[in-house]
Amino acid sequence: MKRILTIALAALAPLMALVATPATAQRTDINVGMVLEPPNLDPTSGAAAAIREVTYANIFEGLTRFGPDGSVNPGLAHAWDISDDGLTYTFHLREGVIFHDGSPMTAADVVFTLDRARGEDSTNAQPQLFAAIETVEALDELTVQVTLNRQQGSFLFNMAWGDAVILSPESAADNATNPVGTGPFRFTRWVQGDRVEMERNPDYWGEAPALERVTFRFIQDPSAAFAAMMAGDIDAFPNFPAPETLAQFEADPRFAVIVGSTEGNTILSMNHENEALADVRVRQAIAHAINRQDIIDGAMFGYGTPIGTHFAPHNPDYLDLTDLTPHDPERARELLAEAGHEGLSLRLALPPPGYARRGGEIVAAQLREVGIRTEITNVEWAQWLEQVFRGGDYDLTIVSHTEPMDIGIYARPDYYFRYDDADFQGLIAELDVTSDPAERTALLHAAQRHIAENFVVGFMFQLPKTGVANAEIEGLWENAPVPANDMTAVRWTN
Amino acid sequence: MKRLPLTLWIGAALSAVFALAALVSFLWTPYAVDGMMIASRLQAPSAAHWFGTDHFGRDILSMIMVGARTSIAVAVIAVGMGMALGVPLGLLAAANRGGLVDEIIMRGNDLIFAFPALVIAILITAVFGPSAVNAIIAIGIFNTPVFARVTRGGALSLWTLDYIRAAEVAGKGPARISVEHILPNIANLLIVQGTIQFSLGILAEAALSYVGLGAQPPTPSWGRMLAEAQTMISIAPHMAIIPGLAIVLTVLGLNLMGDGLRDVLDPRVRRAR
Repeated sequence: MKRILTIALAALAPLMALVATPATAQRTDINVGMVLEPPNLDPTSGAAAAIREVTYANIFEGLTRFGPDGSVNPGLAHAWDISDDGLTYTFHLREGVIFHDGSPMTAADVVFTLDRARGEDSTNAQPQLFAAIETVEALDELTVQVTLNRQQGSFLFNMAWGDAVILSPESAADNATNPVGTGPFRFTRWVQGDRVEMERNPDYWGEAPALERVTFRFIQDPSAAFAAMMAGDIDAFPNFPAPETLAQFEADPRFAVIVGSTEGNTILSMNHENEALADVRVRQAIAHAINRQDIIDGAMFGYGTPIGTHFAPHNPDYLDLTDLTPHDPERARELLAEAGHEGLSLRLALPPPGYARRGGEIVAAQLREVGIRTEITNVEWAQWLEQVFRGGDYDLTIVSHTEPMDIGIYARPDYYFRYDDADFQGLIAELDVTSDPAERTALLHAAQRHIAENFVVGFMFQLPKTGVANAEIEGLWENAPVPANDMTAVRWTN
Repeated sequence: MKRLPLTLWIGAALSAVFALAALVSFLWTPYAVDGMMIASRLQAPSAAHWFGTDHFGRDILSMIMVGARTSIAVAVIAVGMGMALGVPLGLLAAANRGGLVDEIIMRGNDLIFAFPALVIAILITAVFGPSAVNAIIAIGIFNTPVFARVTRGGALSLWTLDYIRAAEVAGKGPARISVEHILPNIANLLIVQGTIQFSLGILAEAALSYVGLGAQPPTPSWGRMLAEAQTMISIAPHMAIIPGLAIVLTVLGLNLMGDGLRDVLDPRVRRAR
């Protein structure tokens, strides 16, 4: 008997050694969780933030790029000159940049990309980024001159957006399913409904990333996300969908909880084509009916910063206008009576994220308190985009606008708020041609004040970036100045 | 008179508790069911909140009571709809046994049976939008063939009996025979089937609400309470356990009651005893 045991142990020994050996090699792969799957992988044609969350800085790069703090840094252009009149930008491109298909990145590609983005049949989701461009010329292989038709203080900032990444004319048409960029990772596989895989680009022009393989996995269900995180199937979930479970992750030494800021202005959007909502008193009443802190506590479990206008609180030009519309149900009822809209009934469309579904129920209860009935409809993203965002067929909805510096959307009368205000449009037009920092600040303040004082929508809170990651991972972005999951600096530390 | 089976008593008692809760909720609930008290959210069961509070600080006992109302209302109307459509179809098919009408009705039934009920319910609510009314219609449509079959089966065996023949000879038409002689004699079958369909209706309502296609917020619904509790199960398990128990106990009660009723009412079971 004893002998058998000895033999068995001897046989097991190599196996046990294998198990016991400390992992000398660091892991060089990562599984990143995301809630939404991108509808395609071409960031230059599609508004979905998920496209940029997969591709930005990983697969595609622009002339300039955002750092984790939102600063604008050199990207494919290592330097640029701006003429004294502010109308001519000369970009000096990096040498030796090669697209994933092997072709070199030259000035011709930049000309192609920018011309395509502002062309007649452009499908770019952010046409305003390119609106000021007059001409784009290649001076030589590695120099591009962009001439603007007006001064634009934000031009370099615009060029850093995920929508302005540089493409190659040969591969541009297929980027939706086979993205070809210049980034540190190259696309390998997209299993629809499940994952996007990419691997390290050996020909990358810059510092090679520590990771060899990156897999983005799409898990919409919050409880499935929680289980995947707990089981170690997912190593990092930069926008974790269930804030109620963060306390549990925090208490677990295996995980690090990363709470940062995003550009997500979470608002109760109102349709100004609705007769009642066109009345400023009704909108003011709704603004007073909302209790921001209750929404943050109830829907986000305390994560989030109240906002009083459409601007990110961490921006130096932010104005705290929350005092303009304190929670005041009494005042709200008075205003409704004054407007003759007692017994008002409104539709409230709620897209899938927790902030909208849960926040919507709280908002509905708060509106009920002042005598506004709401009919809640839960809608999926596709339906929301089609019916609410494009069709404008809604009264109220809750959504987080995650684009940076997007106060200009209130100047677009065809935008889904259907808010048409010549004064505000004038402010934004003036802002667009102003590059003096002090004047820009003054204009931005005026713009913030204008939409707040007109109660254009219900301003609720700034969406936090509530991320969960394995404690041994470093280099993830803490904040989200743009929708992105930049993997270039991510590494395992064990 | 034989003693009524124990299962009937237990089932009836369980069902009565929930029916009573639903009725009382019309007049009184411990707290306002839509009253959100964010400050007192996720409280475990206590003297103030017997079943605790949910993530919005609403009282779960109040929600269970009003949720019982939602469940029962949806199931009652859906079963009623199934009966109202299915029973006449079944009677018609039996009266026309072997004929073209019988064939059409029964093959139509097979067609509806061939689709998984929940999938079609999801389709209906996806097309017409999620709401309690559409959930009722979806569940009602699926009750129709069940009742049509039970009715036809029961009626067919009656049609061969002598007293029906006698009625025919006496000059009564098939419609009058169906209503005056067949229907009263299959009523017990329909009651038993109705009880069972009722419990399935409650389950179906919970399932539809769970996937977000039943009663819309803020109307409380057991299925949605379960769905909302999902991610909180580790921090507030009572949020999932209580609506889960409510569904299990109601369905169990109705099934026991259905079994008991069958023992008492169904002539075949009665004879076998």
